[in-house]
Parts: sequence; C-alpha cells; structure tokens
Amino acid sequence: MSTLLNIGRRVGRHLLASLPALFGVVLFTFLLMRVLPGDPAAFFASGPNAGQAEMAQIRETMGLDRPIPEQFLRYVGDLARGNLGQSMTTGQPVMADLAERMPASLELTLFALVLALALALPLGIVAALRPNSLIDHGVRFLCTLGVCVPTFVTGLLLIYVFYYLLGLAPDPTGRIDIFAAPPPGITGFLLVDFLLVGDLAGWKAAFGQLILPACTMALFVLAPLARMTRASLLAVLGSDFIRTARSVGMSDWRVVVVYALRNALLPVLTIIGIVFSTMLGANVLVEKVFSWPGIGSYALDALLASDYAPVQGFVLLIAVIFVMVNLTIDVLYGIVDPRISLK
Amino acid sequence: MSATLRHAGWVLRGNPVTAGAAAGALMLVTIAILAPWITPYDPIASNVPAALQPPSAAHWAGTDQLGRDIFSRLIAATRLDLGIAVSAVLLSFVAGATIGALCGYAGGRIDRYVGRLVDVLMAFPLFVLAMALVAALGNRVENIVIATALINLPFYIRFARAEVNVRRHAGWVEAARAGGESHVTIVLAYLLPNILPAMAVQISLNLGWAILNAAGLSFLGLGVQAPTPEWGIMVAEGARFIGNGQWWLVAFPGLALMLAVLCFNLLGDGLRDILDPRMRT
Amino acid sequence: MSSPLLDIQNLHVAFSTREGLVEAVRGIDLKLAPGGTLAVVGESGSGKSVTAYAVTQLLDRAARIPKGRILFRGEDITRADPARMKALRGAAISMVFQSPRTALNPIRSIGLQVMDAIAAHENLPKAVLRARALELLEAVRIRDADKRFDAYPAELSGGMCQRVMIAMAIACNPSLLIADEPTTGLDVTTQKTVMDLIAGLTAERGMALVLITHDLGLAASYCRDVMVMQQGRVVEAAPAVDIFRHPSHPYTRRLVAASPTPTSTVEELVGEAPRAPRATPRDPRDARVLLDVSNIVKRFDSTLAVEDVSLTLKAGESLGLVGESGSGKSTLSRIVCRLADADGGRIMFDGVDIGAIPLRTFHDSPWRREIQIVFQDPHESLNPRFTAFECIARPVRRLAKLTDAAQVKRRVEEVAERCGLSRDLLTRFPHQLSGGQKARIGIARAIAVEPRLLVLDEPTAALDVSVQAVVLKLLDDLRHDEGLSFLFVSHDLNVVRMMCERTIVMRHGRIVEEGESHALFRNPQAAYTRDLLGAIPHFEPVQTATA
Repeated sequence: MSTLLNIGRRVGRHLLASLPALFGVVLFTFLLMRVLPGDPAAFFASGPNAGQAEMAQIRETMGLDRPIPEQFLRYVGDLARGNLGQSMTTGQPVMADLAERMPASLELTLFALVLALALALPLGIVAALRPNSLIDHGVRFLCTLGVCVPTFVTGLLLIYVFYYLLGLAPDPTGRIDIFAAPPPGITGFLLVDFLLVGDLAGWKAAFGQLILPACTMALFVLAPLARMTRASLLAVLGSDFIRTARSVGMSDWRVVVVYALRNALLPVLTIIGIVFSTMLGANVLVEKVFSWPGIGSYALDALLASDYAPVQGFVLLIAVIFVMVNLTIDVLYGIVDPRISLK
Repeated sequence: MSATLRHAGWVLRGNPVTAGAAAGALMLVTIAILAPWITPYDPIASNVPAALQPPSAAHWAGTDQLGRDIFSRLIAATRLDLGIAVSAVLLSFVAGATIGALCGYAGGRIDRYVGRLVDVLMAFPLFVLAMALVAALGNRVENIVIATALINLPFYIRFARAEVNVRRHAGWVEAARAGGESHVTIVLAYLLPNILPAMAVQISLNLGWAILNAAGLSFLGLGVQAPTPEWGIMVAEGARFIGNGQWWLVAFPGLALMLAVLCFNLLGDGLRDILDPRMRT
Repeated sequence: MSSPLLDIQNLHVAFSTREGLVEAVRGIDLKLAPGGTLAVVGESGSGKSVTAYAVTQLLDRAARIPKGRILFRGEDITRADPARMKALRGAAISMVFQSPRTALNPIRSIGLQVMDAIAAHENLPKAVLRARALELLEAVRIRDADKRFDAYPAELSGGMCQRVMIAMAIACNPSLLIADEPTTGLDVTTQKTVMDLIAGLTAERGMALVLITHDLGLAASYCRDVMVMQQGRVVEAAPAVDIFRHPSHPYTRRLVAASPTPTSTVEELVGEAPRAPRATPRDPRDARVLLDVSNIVKRFDSTLAVEDVSLTLKAGESLGLVGESGSGKSTLSRIVCRLADADGGRIMFDGVDIGAIPLRTFHDSPWRREIQIVFQDPHESLNPRFTAFECIARPVRRLAKLTDAAQVKRRVEEVAERCGLSRDLLTRFPHQLSGGQKARIGIARAIAVEPRLLVLDEPTAALDVSVQAVVLKLLDDLRHDEGLSFLFVSHDLNVVRMMCERTIVMRHGRIVEEGESHALFRNPQAAYTRDLLGAIPHFEPVQTATA
C-alpha cells in the first residue's frame, strides 16, 4: 500500500517537474513559428495577388497584429483546447492528422524497442560474464559497428538484400499492401488489430511490412543497449558486495541473478529512456526510407513544404511522449531501487 | 613535449586498434584538405550517357543517375561532412566546456538549474530538435552546423560540469584558493587542463555522432542541397535505385559514413582506455 | 601444538601487471590453532590483505599462486576447485571486509542478505531462515532487529552495516573468521564496539580469528599472536606481549616506536632521544591573541554543522581540534581558513575582522598569505598537472609577490630543503612521488609564503604510521623554529596530545571540552571525552631506547 502511495507521489512530483520542460517546448514551438522566414498571413491568403486589405484581415483574424505576449497566450489557449492549427498540405486539423498517424509510428518504435532489448540484454549479459572471450569480442565488434552505420543506410541495405536479392520481404512501402484490406481500426496497431479479428493472412502481411523497418531501428539502438548492459554488469560484478556474496559461499547463479543483475539493470533502465527518445528522432529517417505513414514522415513532408503547423504539432507531441516515457522509466526505477523512495 | 610524444608513441604501439583509428582519422583529414586536387573526375559535372554504371576500373565506385563519378563525389564530400562535424563540435565544445566548468565551479542555485535543464534536454529527442532548428533558421549549411552544435551543447555542459564538480573541493583546488589564485585562474589554469583529457574522449566520440547527425539531416533534404556532394544526400539520391539493384549508389556513401564514424569512435574509446583503464567497456 | 586449523606454507602470490609479474607475497608461513587469534600487521603494500584473499580464493583474476600451500584442517585448498571452495566459504571460513557500506548490496534489505548467507549452505524453509537471520541480527546487537530487518544499507550507519556484515560472516558458524581491516574508516568509539563484538562472538563460538590491520594497538588489544609483515615477507611472529615488549626485528622496532601512545613524544616516534626542553622564545601564555573566533555557526541545508563555536589562539601556540566524523571540526577549519563562509559569527585575525572580507575577493587580500592550510589527503592535495616545484612556486609568486624567477627558485628550494625534500624531487609530478613526499610538498607549499597561522586538517590521516611519525616530527620542528601557530585538526587523540598545548573536543558541531592538553588527557571532564579516550586501543611498549 505504502509502495503504491509512494509511486503515486513520485508520479505527481515528476509531472510537476516536467511542467517547465513542457512549457519550454511550447515556447520554443511558438518562437519557431515567429522567427520563421516569411509572413504567415501570406500563406493563408487566397493567392499571390491578394490585396493589402485581405492580408490585413487575415492578420487580424489570426491575431498576428497583437503584441507577442498576447499571441503567446492565445497560442497556449488553443493548445489547451487541443487546437494545433490546420495543415495546409492535407487541409486537415493537425490534431486529427497526428492522431491518425500516431499508431503507425508507435507500433514501429515499440516493436523495434522490444526487438532490440530481446537481443541486447542477453548479448550484454553473456559478454560481461565471459569477459575477453570470443563472444565478448564478438559483441564488442557488433556494438562498435552498430553505432557507426546510419539508420538510413542500414534500412536501404536491408531492402537491397531482403527485397531485391532474396525476394523475402514485400515491397518496402507503407504498413500494408495497397491492395490488402486494412483491419478495423480498434487499437490502430495493425498486428494487434489483425489478431483481434482473427485475420492471420493479414497479420502475416503486416508483419512482413513491419519487420524490416523495425530491424533497421533495432540495429541502431542495439549497440548502446548491449554496451551499457555489459559495462554495468561488469562494474557490478567487480564491486565489494559481490565479493561479500561470494565470501559467504553463495552459488554463482544466485550471485549473478539476485545480486548482480538487478543492480546492473539500473543504469540500463536510464539508457532505455535515452534510447527511446533517440528512436523517436530516428523514426523520421526510417519512416522516410520505408515510406511509413507515421508522424515522422508527416512532419517531414510538412517541413519541406514550409507548412509549419504540423511541425509544431509534431514537436509538441514528441515532447509529450518523451515526458510519458521518462515518467514510466522513473516509476520503474523507483520499484527496482529502494534507495530512491528513501529520500 | 618530446616526452609526451614518446609516451603517446609507446601507448599507441600497445593499442593497435587505437593507432589504426588515429591513422584513419588523420587520413580523413588529409583527404578533406586535399579534396579539390585529388578527385579523379569533376564531382559535379554530369555525363548522362555514363549514368548508373556499376563499379569498374574507370569508376571505382560506379556512377550515379547523372553519370557523375561516385568516388570523386565521395572525396569531395569528405571536406563538407568533416567540416560541418568539426566546426559544430568545436563550437559546442568551447561553449559547453566554459559554461559547464563555470557552473560546476560556482555551484549554488544557478548550477542546479543548469544541471536540471541539461538533463531534460539530453533526454529529449535531439534529432527532432535539430530538424526544428534547421526549419526555423533556414535551410542552409551554416544552420546545420548551428543546429548540430546546439544539440551537442548539453553533453559538453553536463560533462564539464560533472568533471569540475568532483574536483571542486579537491585538496589541490582549495590549496590554489589558499595560495591566492583568482577564481578565473583556478578554472582556466587548474581545472580545465585536468578535465581536458577526458573531454578529448568526448570530442572524439561526438565527432562521429555529429557526422551521423549532419548526414541524417541532409538525407531528409534539410541543409545541404543537391548537387553539392555530401554523403547523406548521395544516399538519399541513391535510395530510389536500390529497389532496382543499383546498390553502389547507397553502399559507397554509406561505407564512407561508417568508416568516418568508426574512426572517431574507436579513437575515442582508445583514448578513454588509455586515460582510464578502469572504464574499459 | 595440536593440528593447526590453518597452515600456510611458503606462500607466494604474484600479480600480472603491465610491468610484468609482481610478487605481492613472497613466501610466508603461518600456523593458527583452532580458536586462536592472530593479528597480521603491516603497512600498505605489505601483502597482508592479499594473503587473506589467497586463503579464500577471492583474489582477482590477475593473481597467481606460483608456490606454496594453504592447508585448512589438513586439507590442501591452495588450488581447490570452485565447488569445494564454495562449500567452505561461509560454512568453514568467513570474511569481514573493510568499508562496510559498499560491502553490502545497496538494493537488498539487510534481513534478506543475512538470509541469503544462511541459505547458501543450509536448505531451510523461508520462515526458519527468517527466524535464524533475526537471531543473528540480535546476536550482533542490532537494536530493534525485527524493525530493522527490512532496512536497506543506506539507512544504517557504517558501524551498523559492519554488524550486518559480521552477522552474515558468522551465519553458518565457520571455524575461521578473517577480518580485513574491519574498522578502517569507522570512528574510534564505533571501532571499539565493532571490535569488541568480533572478539566476543569468536570467543563465544570457538572461532579462530585472523585480524588484518595496520594498527598495532588494535592488534595488541584483540589478538594473542601477532605477525608483522613487510613487503610480502613475515619479519616477525610472536605472542603480542613479546612483540611489543621486545621487538626483535628492526622494522618491528621502528613500527612500535612510531605508533603514538598516551605517553609518547614526537621525538620518540622517530626514535630520537627526547630533546631537552626547548628554549621557547616567549611563553605562549603571555603572547598576544592571534586568532579570535567567536560564535561561528554553519548550516548545510537544514542541519547545523557548526553550532556557536568560539575559540582563541595565541601567537606561537598550537591548538588541537578533536572529534569524530560529523563533529564539524573540518568545516570549522575551512571557515577559519577563509575557504568557506560561516552563516554567523566573527573571525578576528590579529585584531582585524577578516570574516568581513567577502570570500569572493579574499584571495586578493593581504591576509591570504597569513593563513595557510595543509590538507588531509596528500594524494588529493597536489594538482596532477603541476610539478612539485610549480606547486610550491605558484603561491610564492602570487602571495609573497616574488617576481624574479631566480628569487622564486631560491625560495622554493630553501623551503623544500627545510621540509626534507631533495632538489631532484622538485621536477617530478605528483604521481611520481610517494605519499610521504607529497605530504612534505603540501607542507612546503603552505609555509613557503611565511604564514603566521597554519591550519592542519588531519595532515597524517592518510599516511602509514612510520611516515606519519616523520611528518609529525617535521611539523613540530617547523612550528618551534619558525614560530608558527597551529590549528591542528585530528581524530587521533594521541597525536593531538603530542602536537598541541591546548585541545578542544568537538561533537555534533559543539565544543564538548576545552583545556590544556596534558590536563585534559589525564583528567577528562566530559563523559564524551572519557569515551573517546577509553576507545583508543592501548598497548604499553616498554621504552625501546636502550635496545
């Protein structure tokens, strides 16, 4: 009970602590719009020949003639009502656009993270338990190479090998074959939705589309995760309390699992937070390579078309996700490390 | 000075990987400097009849969709890519080390706020931030440098701050105060030289990261614009042809990126091992 | 002698390092009877800990045992296979380590850790394990053991953590307990309770004890036999009584002499005949007040580190500041030195309110050179990037305002010589110097600008006892020859008694007792002072001057 209460208090404190960060991002995106070259009114005018009167009227309706602080307040007010503005390229409210594309990005990122963790943790652990063995050197080599290849190159090379050479992967565009019927949008995660409606063929197709981009992203973050696991486990194995555990004759299994691993996971947990936010950034690159209909490619298209409302919305959304992820990590950390709740 | 060089030589002999990485980095810099004089073909002039040729004796890395020699373009791009990375890292190092060292030495409330701000920034998806910055500042090479420098800044501030913080109350710093040294002297002549070796590691690792970052932005079409030869753009242009099996358009610039990043990362790791064998990972 | 419990024969231990194979232990022999108590004494680098780790096979990977045998109950365990060692560790041979805080798993409750130690050798249901663990925690005198059962190491003091460590070590009633510097880093009163506990428990349960320590007093108080090691070899092994009464080896003799006792003088520590009483230029009692500190208060966050402390120091006088960790003595010394600001109070130096000069600009004030400080850890107190010469020369240029290079050089060399440093040492960097040499440089740097007040913050706490002896002698000579005043901060009461005319005892940021050193030590008034004095491990070596 007290643990729950403790977690609740920590969640509250963390949310409070992240308010300034969120405010900073809001301010940043607002300024982003203000410092952008060109007159926003010109974008919304009916055409290049719009008269002075029309421009002035647009300025007035958009509030561009007001003092900056007031404009900022209006902006914050809009945000509070969930109004992120209109996208000029799609003609839709940005909020709706983002909501529609969000599941695609999340499915890809989460799947990749799980994939990366499933590979990195065992590799790191094995390498740390047998330092300077063949496996250790192999893992180190893989990690060193892994961080050196840019995601977009990995993705393209995977396409070359699995699509062009081996023909194993489907055409690397989008989440689903253009001719296939999408499942009813229940969760938005195709793999989950196909399972829910029991469409195994559809599930397989969606999985085929997902696996290459997910691998691309997983390979990119595999290195830091495995590296951190190895380093932190090695450090813990060399610490005094492991010597103590050995000195009372505990079995190797107990020493490693109960004493070393749990302590070693703490820094790995921190790294997962950073890795996740790296993945949010790398999303944009991977989505572009695989024409993945997520928020990253949406924001990029808008950015290249000088359509700034979606970019603002994207940055804000990423900031919110980022706060949530860190909150989760923080709560997990508090569960694993009792020292935190002592403070 | 000669003693330092001799020591460096002795250390490198014991670390062949680091020595190799150092040699590679040196070669990259040489290529970047000599680029305009050593390209076998004009990196920009197109030659459509010779388009999309696979690697051959004449064109070591093949030709692209406009018939330009990819090898020449790779060489020419070295200068731009390294230039962006080096200037960005240099900017953020100078600014970050100074801010971090001053904050770490001064301590107190400002230091705490800066520390928290930096922690938050570091965990934020920095690539997204860089994209937004380039969008805001304008699609130019200088702005790629500024964006890359800005997103690197928190790392240096945090690093310098932490390194200074652990030394702030060391006996020799207090002794310097008792010896009448001014605060500025203590930060500049005592603390900075002591954290510099550790910062060198950070710089080396960061160079690799900055190269990836700048290439990523160009790949997306931000910053450097075609037809300027740049590794990221070359990959982006080649991407259209990968589905048809014309792999060399992507593979060679990808390889160049990988090698450059690899050199700096290995160099950084090696430096770290040399400076502190306990941190070997 | 009945068949020994532990029998080490011609043991060698080598480490492979970058410089090749280094022998840390070079052929030692040791016999310990069941229930016996043996202290292995030596300074750093003597190989005493390595020997202990060799017995339990807890040496790190770089270590090899090229020669020798270790017999435990007649069984050769030198190269016993891991499974056999695992069965012995904890069940037959246990260890207690130094720095108890890091020796326990920080994220597992202490109760569970003790349960783990029992479960390593006995297959028992959880409830029984828990009951046994609770019994053990009570046996090591942890108050409210059932309430503390779920506590984490971070919630306990260092002494408490060491008790938990002891509980784990004796959990399966081993017949041999090896304690590796079990009280290093603990306060002297805690040291006494922990050592009494170890001695009591081992005697009660018939365990043999090997105590590894650098402290001769500790060895003499708790062990029947003593073995002195130097550079990997045993120089002398004998019953404790004999070793201190008639040390036969010159190294042992030096070590015994260098250990401060309640009666020793600085000269005796370094084996010199007591000097004739000095012709003091003037009686410090008539001298004028040099330092007058009143009502100093210092807060860290919300806790009071120093609480309304006042003291005075006369010219040429040496004042001792004694206390355990957390007493505020170091904080106070930094405030007096104007390296930290107080939150209240006044610091008058030679009639001038130097506390009123802001900390930010104090380095430019003329008073900076008058008050200098020598720091605790000599390894930490020299800039790793400066040569010894530069370390001493910088304050000379800044504060003594010597600008001419030749003049600076002369001054530095003069001071270095005064502190017993040869000229060739001056070109070296700190990592090329020994602890004692670094301590000398720290002192030379401080006195190079000819201060009137020297603050000494535990100047010998990090040094081996034989090095401490010569450094103390140097400091004492300097004070008398240069007419310095000392504010001498230390946790070691014997050292303060030798070095200071007056002593102040501090606890929890307050002054507990103050007085003439000799009177205070002979007849302490405050109960706390009596506890402190009672906790010092004692041995009474017969004067060795005739030997």
